[in-house]
Amino acid sequence: MGNKVYPDAKSALEGFTFDGMSVMSGGFGLCGIPENLIIALRDSNVKGITVISNNAGVDGWGLGLLLETKQIKKMISSYVGENKEFARQYLSGELELEFNPQGTLAERCRAGGAGIAGFYTKTGVGTLVAEGKETKVFNGETFVLETGLVADLSIVKAWKGDKEGNLIFRKTARNFNPMMATAGKKCIAEVEILVETGELDPDAIHTPGIYVDRIVQGTFEKRIEQRTITKRENA
Amino acid sequence: MAWSRDQLAQRAAKELRDGFYVNLGIGIPTLVANYIPDGVEVTLQSENGMLGMGPFPYEDEIDADLINAGKQTITALKKTSYFSSSDSFAMIRGGHIDLSILGAMEVNDGGDLANWMVPGKMVKGMGGAMDLVAGVKRVVVVMEHTSKDGASKLLKKCTLPVTGINVVDLVITDLGVFEIDKHGSKPMALTQLADGVTLEEITAKTEASFVNALG
Repeated sequence: MGNKVYPDAKSALEGFTFDGMSVMSGGFGLCGIPENLIIALRDSNVKGITVISNNAGVDGWGLGLLLETKQIKKMISSYVGENKEFARQYLSGELELEFNPQGTLAERCRAGGAGIAGFYTKTGVGTLVAEGKETKVFNGETFVLETGLVADLSIVKAWKGDKEGNLIFRKTARNFNPMMATAGKKCIAEVEILVETGELDPDAIHTPGIYVDRIVQGTFEKRIEQRTITKRENA
Repeated sequence: MAWSRDQLAQRAAKELRDGFYVNLGIGIPTLVANYIPDGVEVTLQSENGMLGMGPFPYEDEIDADLINAGKQTITALKKTSYFSSSDSFAMIRGGHIDLSILGAMEVNDGGDLANWMVPGKMVKGMGGAMDLVAGVKRVVVVMEHTSKDGASKLLKKCTLPVTGINVVDLVITDLGVFEIDKHGSKPMALTQLADGVTLEEITAKTEASFVNALG
């Protein structure tokens, strides 16, 4: 059994990158993003990346870092509202963009990872999203054909992992990470806590290690986009 | 006189039923959580992967791993569960969510909804809106009755790219409430006027055709 554990994000990426590659990047907003692997991808100088990610980071953080360096050729996302550099590149024609409804994007990744070439969904029927796609009527309702997605590499972030690559996510930082882990031809996971094999409860593992080729422990900034609070009454 | 944002949210909250699983959109729909009627317990779903969403945290409870679909920090409840995005949208697309309350730019009298794109302007994306309107059992729209320049947002035909066709069941605007028979042939029906709004005013400000069903 080969060793899956790498000392840092940079070494974990070695041999897995090439110009024109596609990368799935987990996270919702800035929650549960593979912070260290995104930085390492920037530092690798790989160009012309197609990034599949629900969002595109913010200016100066997350996938925003790869936009700044113009390493991204195309984004496949459901919502990209938080990023001025994204808007600038898109409006000037430098960046291609394909919008997928969020549930369709999630299901395309799940399907891709499970070897399912396509599936029919009601989402998007009659909208721009369905233009040019095959539709079919089931029980009197129209569905549109969407295809499974795979990427050359998926980068995901989990809370805990073990040396076999088994992963456990935490709270809403799970989001797209489990499906994307299955849909990369290669998958690198970064975790907050890396433990010895056998220390995780097998019943609690969200992503089995078979999907994970390399694993790295990192430190995380965990930036918050909207810090909303409830004021405490005077005690 | 018309309903304020909070009054709109309060009116929308009357659509909640005990035991409902509910997804609330961003903006006025989020305010609906402040007006859940006494004796009604609902479970709020957040499409980023959470069922049983609690209120905003106290400053010392903030957790970067715990946000809602608007990327706001929130809290969990005893009944909370977390899951992946594909599980989350299986709930939504599989028809397991009882009610979705969302905002809109335009709605037509057949229940078509436009709320994600204005051609020529920077498009942020549809997020989960197309999934929600296609999959949730009942869809309620909360919006201003007219745009900033006074044009009706309740139309015979949507002018903007749609989010879904025949998807809206109820429209609550600052001027009144309209019921839509989205899969049937009944005309859109005005069922309630906002405080201080007359039938003449709402008729003048509505491009879509509707029947008067005021009780």
